[in-house]
Amino acid sequence: MECGVRCPRRRRVRPFCTQTAMYRGPGFDFSNSLRNDFLQHKGVALPKATSTGTTIVGCIFKDGIILGADTRATEGEIVADKNCEKIHYIAESIRCCGAGTAADTEFVTAAISSNIELHALSTGRKPRVVAAMTMLKQYLFQYQGHVGAALVLGGVDSTGAHLFTVHPHGSTDKLPYVTMGSGSLAAMAVFENGWKPNMEVGRQPLSPALPSWYSNDNVRPAVQREEALKLVCDAVAAGIFNDLGSGSNIDACVITATHTEMLRNFVKPNERVAKELKYGFRHGTTAIKSEHIRSLVVSEEITPIRGEAMDVS
Amino acid sequence: MSSFNPYTQNGGTILAIAGADFSVVAGDTRQSEGYNIQTRYAPKVFRLTDRAVLAVNGFAADGNMFVKKVKQRLEWYRHAHAKDMPLRSIARLIQTMLYSRRFFPYYVYNILGGIEEDGSGAVYSFDPVGSYERETCRAAGPAQSLLQPFLDNQIYFKNQQPAPGMSHPTHLPLQAVLALVIDSFTSATERHIEVGDGLEMYIILGKGRGLQGLEGVKGVQELTISEDGERIFVVRRELKKD
Amino acid sequence: MEYNGGSVIAMVGKDCVAIASDLRFGNQALGIASNFQRIFPVTDRTYVGLAGLGTDVTTLRERFRYRVNMYTIKEERDIEPQTFAHLVSSTLYEHRFGPYFVEPVIAGLENTSSGSKPFIAAADLIGCLNFAKDFVVAGTASSKLYGLAEGLWEPDLGPEDLFETISQTLLNGVDRDAFSGWGAVVHVITKDRVVTRTLKGRMD
Repeated sequence: MECGVRCPRRRRVRPFCTQTAMYRGPGFDFSNSLRNDFLQHKGVALPKATSTGTTIVGCIFKDGIILGADTRATEGEIVADKNCEKIHYIAESIRCCGAGTAADTEFVTAAISSNIELHALSTGRKPRVVAAMTMLKQYLFQYQGHVGAALVLGGVDSTGAHLFTVHPHGSTDKLPYVTMGSGSLAAMAVFENGWKPNMEVGRQPLSPALPSWYSNDNVRPAVQREEALKLVCDAVAAGIFNDLGSGSNIDACVITATHTEMLRNFVKPNERVAKELKYGFRHGTTAIKSEHIRSLVVSEEITPIRGEAMDVS
Repeated sequence: MSSFNPYTQNGGTILAIAGADFSVVAGDTRQSEGYNIQTRYAPKVFRLTDRAVLAVNGFAADGNMFVKKVKQRLEWYRHAHAKDMPLRSIARLIQTMLYSRRFFPYYVYNILGGIEEDGSGAVYSFDPVGSYERETCRAAGPAQSLLQPFLDNQIYFKNQQPAPGMSHPTHLPLQAVLALVIDSFTSATERHIEVGDGLEMYIILGKGRGLQGLEGVKGVQELTISEDGERIFVVRRELKKD
Repeated sequence: MEYNGGSVIAMVGKDCVAIASDLRFGNQALGIASNFQRIFPVTDRTYVGLAGLGTDVTTLRERFRYRVNMYTIKEERDIEPQTFAHLVSSTLYEHRFGPYFVEPVIAGLENTSSGSKPFIAAADLIGCLNFAKDFVVAGTASSKLYGLAEGLWEPDLGPEDLFETISQTLLNGVDRDAFSGWGAVVHVITKDRVVTRTLKGRMD
C-alpha cells in the first residue's frame, strides 16, 4: 500500500514480501501464493494433500451419541496411513469425526477445541455442542469452502444429546443419524435399514470378523437385540468394504451424559496375513562408498576436580 | 461441454514371472471404477492354449473383447495348421492385432506368459498399441509402480552384491516364485485401494517337467486339456476386501 | 514435486531408526547436482528429511533450525521428535493457502521412562501428520517405495539389518524413478551413535 496517510487501525501490509522471521502474526500466511501460482503456470504440479476418503458416521441412541469412523488415509490411490485417527477431541463430552482434507480436519478441530475450552472457562459452564457447531460453521464459511473439512459433530451437554454434520462451505444439519465421506452412501444404507429411536448401546464384545450382513451363512441368533454400537460398526464396515476410499479398522466413541468412552480400533477386520517369505539381506549386500560414525553422549557423570565445593551462598 | 469418453479405468493389477521351465501369470480379481467396486470376482487372466496364458489389464471391456478375439484367431490357426500356435508367434500376433487399432486402441496392457518351443519359461509384455518385449518378469496395472521394483530386487537381484565367490541364480524355483507373487499382491493390496478381493495364479509347466514345486500348495486345480504336453494349473487365494 | 525430484524414506527397527534419501537435484529432466543434502539433523537423535522443491527444502531447513533453537533456548532441553513433528505440522499449516512444496519425514529416538523408543512420522505438504509404526516414504518415488517397503520391511530389525533393508528399498525404488537417484545416503540412529553411509548406486 502506497498511501501517504497511515491507516489508523490496520497494520501496513507488504504484499508477498517476507514477514520477518522474528514475528509472524497468527493465522494463515499467504506469502507463497504468488510464487505458487507462477510455478503452477509453469507446469509444476501441486503435490497431493492427504485426503481421508473416509466413512464417518454418528447416531443418537437412548443414552447419548455414538460416533464411528474408518482408519484409512489416502493420497490419491495410494494408502498413506493405514491406521489414522479420525475421531477428534473437542471437549470431554463432545467429539468430532473428520472427512476431507486431513490437515484441515486436524487443525480446525484442534482450533475449535482450544476455543471451546477458553469459552468454557469464560462462561463457567460445560461447553455445549451447538457452541462448537457454530464456531465450526462460521470458521468454514469464512474460508468459503477452501478449508476442506466435512465433519460429524456429536456430544452430550446440559441440554441433551446432539448430533450435527458440518459441510466444508459452512452449512449444518441436525439429525438423529448421519454419515459423511466417500463411504457415506454405503453407511447410510445400513443406517436407513436399521436405525430406530431409543436403541440400547449394546455391550456384547464384537468379534473382529466381518459384520453379520457380509457373510453368506444364514445362521443368525433368533433374537437380535438392538445394539446401537453394532449398527454403527456395521455402517462403518459397509463403507470399509464397499468404498475404496475407506478401509482398515473401525474406531468408535460412545458419549453419554456421565462418561465418554473412546474405542480406538474397536473392530479390526483387515489385519494383514503373515507373509509367505521372510525378507532379510546378508550384511554386505548393499555396496557402500563411505561411512561416518558420530558417537553420541549417552550419559554424563560430573566429577569435581578440586577438593572444595563452589561457594554459591 | 464434456464429450463422451469411450474409455474408463477398471483398476486391478497383473504380474507374470518366467522360470527356467515354468511360467506364472497372476492377477487380482477386483474390478472397480472410481471409488466403487463393480465386482469382487472378474478374472483378468485367461488360458489361451495349454502353453499360453494371457493377462489383460486396463479397460475391462476392451480387455475381455481382446482376449476373445485372440482366442478366435488361435482357433483359426489350429484348424489351419493342425497344431497350437507357438508362444512367440502368439506374441507377434498380439502385436499385429493391437497395432491394427493404432488410431482407436484397445486400452489394455497385456502380459503373455507361457512355455516357448524350446521348453523355457517366457513372459512377453505389451503396451496398448503393440510394442512388446520378452522379459523374465513384469507387473502391469495401477500397482505396477509398487510391484515392479520389488520384483527387480527379488527376481533380478538388482542392487544386491552377491556373497564373495558366489553369484545370484538366473532363475528361481517354482515355490519361491509363488511365494513372491503372493507377497507382492498382499503388499499391493495394503497400499493401493484398487487392488484386493482375490488372487488368481496360473502356473504353466514345461513338458516332462513334473510337478515339483506344487506339492505344498493348497487348492491347485488343473486346466490342461491335451495329454502329453505342457500342463497348466490355477491357484486361487483370498485378498483383503477393504 | 517433480521439478527438482528426490525421495526420502524412514524405517523403524529394534531400538533404532533409519532415514535415507537419494542425492539427486535436477531441473525437470536435467540432473544438476548429485550431492544435494535433504536430510538434516535436528538434535543428536532426531533427523528430518525433506522431499520436494529444492528451494523450499533449504528454506524450511532454516525455518526449522530457527524454531528448534528458540525451543532449546526457552525449554533448556533438546526437542523430542514427537514435539518436533507437531512443530513441522504447524509450520506447514500456516501456509495452508500457499504451501511449501515439501513432504517432510521425521525420524528419531524418543526419550521415555523405559529408555529410547524409535519414532518416525511423515507429513503431507500442508502438515497432516502420519505416525506410522513401520515405515514412511515421501518424494517422487513414493509409490515405488511404498510397494518395496511393504514387501521388505520386517519388525524388530537390528541396526545392521535395518541398514540393509532400508538401503535395498531405497535403491530399487529410485532406480525405477526418473526424478530420483544419482546416489543415496543412509543414517542409522541408535541410542549411542549415528552411522552415516553413502551408498553406491546407479548414476543414470
